[in-house]
Amino acid sequence: MAIEFTLNGEPQSHDVDPQMPLLWVIRDIAGLTGTKYGCGKALCGSCTVHVDGNPVRSCAFPVSAAAGMSVTTIEGLSANGDHPVQEAWRELNVPQCGYCQSGQIMTAAALLERNPNPSEAEIATAMSGNICRCGTYTRIRKAIYRAAGGES
Amino acid sequence: MSGFEKLSRREFLQTTGIASGGLVFAMTLGYPRSAAGASNVAPSVYVNIRDDDVVEIYCHRSEMGQGIRTSLPQVIADELEADWDRIELLQAPGDAKYGDQNTDGSTSIRKHFDLLRTAGASAREMLIAAAAMEWGMPAAELVARNHAIHHEASGRSAAYGDLVASAAELEVPEDVTFKDPADYRYIGKPMDLIDGVAMTTGAGIYGTDTVLPGMLYASVERCPVFGGTVKSVDDAKALKVAGVEQVVQMPDGTSPPGYNPLGGVAVLASNTWSAEQGRKALAIEWETGLNAEYDSASYRQQLVDTSHKEGKTVMNRGDVNAAFGTADRVIEADYYAPHLSHAPMEPPAASAMMHEDGSVEIWAATQDPQSIQGTVAALLGIDKTQVKINVTLLGGAFGRKSKADFSAEAAWLAKKTGKPVKVSWSREDDIRHGYYHTVSAQYLKGALDDEGNTTAWLHRSVFPSIGSTFSAEATGPANFELGLGMIDNPYAVPNMRLESGDAKAHVRIGWLRSVCNIYHAFAVCSFADELAHEAAADPRDYLLRLAGSPRKVNPADDGAEYSNYGQSLDVHPIDTARYAAVIRKVSDMAGWGRNLPDGHGLGISVHRSFLSTVGAVAEVRVDGEGKLHVEELWIAIDAGLVVNPDRVAAQMEGAGIFGMSLALHGEITAKDGVIEQGNYDTYPVIRMSEAPKAINVHIMDVDAPPGGVGEPGVPPVAPAIVNAYFAATGKRVRELPLKKAASAWLLQCAPSTGGRSSA
Ligand code: FES
Ligand code: FES
Repeated sequence: MAIEFTLNGEPQSHDVDPQMPLLWVIRDIAGLTGTKYGCGKALCGSCTVHVDGNPVRSCAFPVSAAAGMSVTTIEGLSANGDHPVQEAWRELNVPQCGYCQSGQIMTAAALLERNPNPSEAEIATAMSGNICRCGTYTRIRKAIYRAAGGES
Repeated sequence: MSGFEKLSRREFLQTTGIASGGLVFAMTLGYPRSAAGASNVAPSVYVNIRDDDVVEIYCHRSEMGQGIRTSLPQVIADELEADWDRIELLQAPGDAKYGDQNTDGSTSIRKHFDLLRTAGASAREMLIAAAAMEWGMPAAELVARNHAIHHEASGRSAAYGDLVASAAELEVPEDVTFKDPADYRYIGKPMDLIDGVAMTTGAGIYGTDTVLPGMLYASVERCPVFGGTVKSVDDAKALKVAGVEQVVQMPDGTSPPGYNPLGGVAVLASNTWSAEQGRKALAIEWETGLNAEYDSASYRQQLVDTSHKEGKTVMNRGDVNAAFGTADRVIEADYYAPHLSHAPMEPPAASAMMHEDGSVEIWAATQDPQSIQGTVAALLGIDKTQVKINVTLLGGAFGRKSKADFSAEAAWLAKKTGKPVKVSWSREDDIRHGYYHTVSAQYLKGALDDEGNTTAWLHRSVFPSIGSTFSAEATGPANFELGLGMIDNPYAVPNMRLESGDAKAHVRIGWLRSVCNIYHAFAVCSFADELAHEAAADPRDYLLRLAGSPRKVNPADDGAEYSNYGQSLDVHPIDTARYAAVIRKVSDMAGWGRNLPDGHGLGISVHRSFLSTVGAVAEVRVDGEGKLHVEELWIAIDAGLVVNPDRVAAQMEGAGIFGMSLALHGEITAKDGVIEQGNYDTYPVIRMSEAPKAINVHIMDVDAPPGGVGEPGVPPVAPAIVNAYFAATGKRVRELPLKKAASAWLLQCAPSTGGRSSA
């Protein structure tokens, strides 16, 4: 039976194994490759998307659980790549290889949605599920402050 | 020939297949074009100035996070006086005509800087000459500025695009004049990332993102023991999994492994998930072979035993034994560092499709596209020229993606199935079937006189070699490996002997960001700290004493073979004055000697690698439960001239975190030949919660040719942390990862309290 949800505002209907993680439906079936695989076990955060506004590790989220919900990926976070988090990321030249950054940005955007002025400890808690093997953490922290309207 | 030449439009179309008119330059890597034609030309970089005023620059190096796609055009555009906004950057495919494309060894700027400058400057001079010709004016009266040629006296000017037709008629200048560095517009400036938008919107295309029409997604089950083969396979259940289309047995791996696929069984499906589910349903019996006895615990003992026996001398100065005999005090230490996995955020991934003419086209996250050409050509029995490589962005690499094995798997499967195939490694595949950073044991022995001076230094290094991946004869450390942080020891110690000891490899060994410098710096910089404490001296002051008088060290003076990262020691010396300047700078930045809160400690370490010298100071805190926290890092780098200071700072920040990961957590172990780790839970890396509150970077202002940047930040980090841990606790850690040693103590005893000052 087909599973229906919206992806960046577009209605989707996919007749797939209900256990298939949302990540692979987004990447292989819907063809949006901005969301990345890094571990497949909810350990690294590369695959983070928003499901009804909440940050979700899509590699460990069966597509059936998204039925009837609204899924947002990095491609749909803003119309022109101009979400304040994306802009702060560019102003501070956060990315190195860039591979983890879709997930970092999606997690940070969800954090700021809930908590517009996070403390250092709150940033650490929210962001520690997102690994950056290139080691951009100190810039990510600054960019979150900047997107929150602080200094940095 | 200046190693630089002009191609006609037709030649350009032939060599690049890209239809765009204009002035095209191909640079060569010092091979003169033969009288017969272009057959022996190996152009490395193309600059194409189009008549619509766009300057196309071909990046022949791979972007893996070091920022080369920004820095490389900075150099060319600066010498060309091009407008940054009218640059179009194109990624060069893999082809020998681009010269050396192997993005490894932190070479992109240090080895290519003059070549890139020449490309820009030659184009600029030809445009000036073209304007001089068109306007009937002396070239000396014309200047290039911001994408146009100007005649200041008359106010006349012409855009580059308008001069292309005339310039194309001219010969490439034999010699070019480089810009005065005072006039640089981009070199030395923190230019924003070229790929900033792509990397923040999900538009960047990595190795795993390739989509080909009718493509199959492959997942490969490989023997858990390196070198093993498939005895039997039952694929009935796998073939029943929805979406699975084929199951294919891979060709067995080779011995030595080289870059060939590891063998195993591939499941091909209509999507990644189905392929993985099908793979889980395979029933395979393995012939595990000789490496099934590989056990990290017993292997460690073998390495240590070897390091306690006299080894092969690779450098000797004075007479260490005589000095030990007359010393006031002698200290010894054993250092151990385990295998590491690169674990780049993007696991290995490549796609391939066959074309009707028998050629194969590959899309890969690769540091070394030309090695894929060679590997795949041999595997498929075709010519290298029939292997076309498209280089994607790399989601991290750290040396793992220099290896062609995963691309070769994709190519072989594309040929076998007749369909386009994408091979994606899972994280577990990546961690269990890597080309591991080698495991090492080192023995150090030092002598002190009654004034605390180090009078003798014996260092033995024992590890299985990277060479074992390519040759069965490589049974111990190769000279090039010992040259990474051991032979190039800069210390002014009158008696020094350096030895190596053999060790057999039981897994594939490869290079990982900064390679042998990781364990050599760990031992050398830790032992320097141990000597300082033995001499009751401040570790920073003692490092300056070890550096000795300002001088240039040449390991050949003491009988060593030393290649200095393939570059001249005259141009890139081991200069103890620059080394000492880094010690002073980084310790000043950290406020060395200040009073610290209880439980805190500062540690310092300085190491030269890839022709750059990096100093690191770590401030650690050991909390009431005995847990270690890295509070802050200070890093000073002398890399000579730097092209993009923001990217250099980013590399140091990243190296700080990468160095912390290996210092605190990184360890790959084998039991019965099987790697015991598999994902980021069992192979942890640093996360935001453990990141220091700041990584403070200073770039030394040194008038010298560029050194490497991507790797040299890593080696000093672990010893700085270990030395800081000693300062905080009085406990000396001689093995990595530190957290394991520290938690063993935690179990044994209550934490020592009371911080020491850094002295
Ligand atoms: S891929 Fe989903 S958390 Fe790592
Ligand atoms: S930027 Fe490379 S993994 Fe984060």
